[in-house]
Amino acid sequence: MIAAARCVVRRDLLLALRRPSDVGTALLFFVIVASLFPLGIGAEPNQLRAVAPGVIWVAALLSSMLSLSRLFAADHADGTLEQMLLGVSPLGVIAAAKVFTHWLVSGLPLVLIAPLIALQYDLPASLYGTLALSLLLGTPVLSLIGAIGAALTLGLRGGGVLLSLLVLPLYVPVLIMGAGSVDMAAAGLAPQGQLQLLGALLLLAAAFAPWAIAAALRISTE
Amino acid sequence: MSAAIKWYWFSSPQTFFPLAGKIARWSAVGAGLLAAAGLYVGFFVAPTDAQQGEAYRIIFIHVPAAWMSMFLYVVMAFWAGIGLAFNTRLSSMMASAIAPTGALFTFLALWTGALWGRPTWGAYWVWDARLTSELILLFLYLGFMALQAAIDEPRRADRAGALLAIVGVVNVPIIYYSVTWWNTLHQGASVSLTRAPSMASTMLTGMLLMALAFWLYSIAASLARVRCIIKERE
Repeated sequence: MIAAARCVVRRDLLLALRRPSDVGTALLFFVIVASLFPLGIGAEPNQLRAVAPGVIWVAALLSSMLSLSRLFAADHADGTLEQMLLGVSPLGVIAAAKVFTHWLVSGLPLVLIAPLIALQYDLPASLYGTLALSLLLGTPVLSLIGAIGAALTLGLRGGGVLLSLLVLPLYVPVLIMGAGSVDMAAAGLAPQGQLQLLGALLLLAAAFAPWAIAAALRISTE
Repeated sequence: MSAAIKWYWFSSPQTFFPLAGKIARWSAVGAGLLAAAGLYVGFFVAPTDAQQGEAYRIIFIHVPAAWMSMFLYVVMAFWAGIGLAFNTRLSSMMASAIAPTGALFTFLALWTGALWGRPTWGAYWVWDARLTSELILLFLYLGFMALQAAIDEPRRADRAGALLAIVGVVNVPIIYYSVTWWNTLHQGASVSLTRAPSMASTMLTGMLLMALAFWLYSIAASLARVRCIIKERE
């Protein structure tokens, strides 16, 4: 079981490394979306500081969703997914491993680059830690919930747009907790409560999402 | 024991079809009568509200619609879950038949809420916790319908929709509490939907009559739709 998970993680990481532009595109998208907001709403520093947590989080949501449709598509196209379904190792474990890899290549870079965006928005340096921590706890939830949508829309026409319609409403709690924790810290209050709620969401999603993903994959490939 | 047999007997689409027609017809008649009575009580019998004037009368449509919008999502997820677990065709058909009615009531609740908000709060839309979660509920309904519409094969559409509905129903309380919490963080409760004075009994009567009418309408509309789906598929 562990060996199967490790094998999937290593294989998907290798695939991502061989095609680095795929990973880069989503990251670039995140940076571009975050850079567009000041052009739209004006570069007044106080205003930027006020909207920064929300903007960074919304950009993270969109960017994480953008890479979701690729999560199972290639495996579905070349038949690897069917082999995974037929194999002896539990599908939930394989799904969890795939989601983990997806987070490593799409979520983790966001966590690392977010302080740079925060710099653009003139956020005080004391908030970088909270921002990065909230993203560290929140982006895996996005990958887990998004993977359910990705599995359900596998091979459908207009899959990408449909996926966003299914997944974005479910992202609302993560957005509220994530941006809220940074807002709290900015207001001089302790952000621990929201971070703990984010952690609770992560545990809940990590416990149940792999089974939902497995069920969705079975439905989509039968 | 005979009740149990009847239960299974009507779980087959073929035998359910005529029964659904009969129930739908009588529910539609009942809905019409109750709605007429409810609207009469609401518009002519119930007293004018001391604080809100005549504008409050939209609650006779707004509140029952909001109740139904939330209740129907649970019913839809219930039938979808039964369909997924026991592989019964009719349950899944019921789920997809309920979705448009639920979405309609959600939209109705938002629309009448906006009409009520303008004279009472001075704005068509405020980012109140209930309004926001109702809007997200509408998105969940639309997502369910869009997913089913995108899949050509009925079996896969049923099962995929069912899984989405179940994920949604788990998420609805989380969304509701997070939105409530977000709302209290961002702005103080400038307007409270909970009414301090206890309601006049005629107001309550009107509202309950309308709620019953909406119940019967939902039954009639869903069963009429499920008959169409049965005809389409069988």
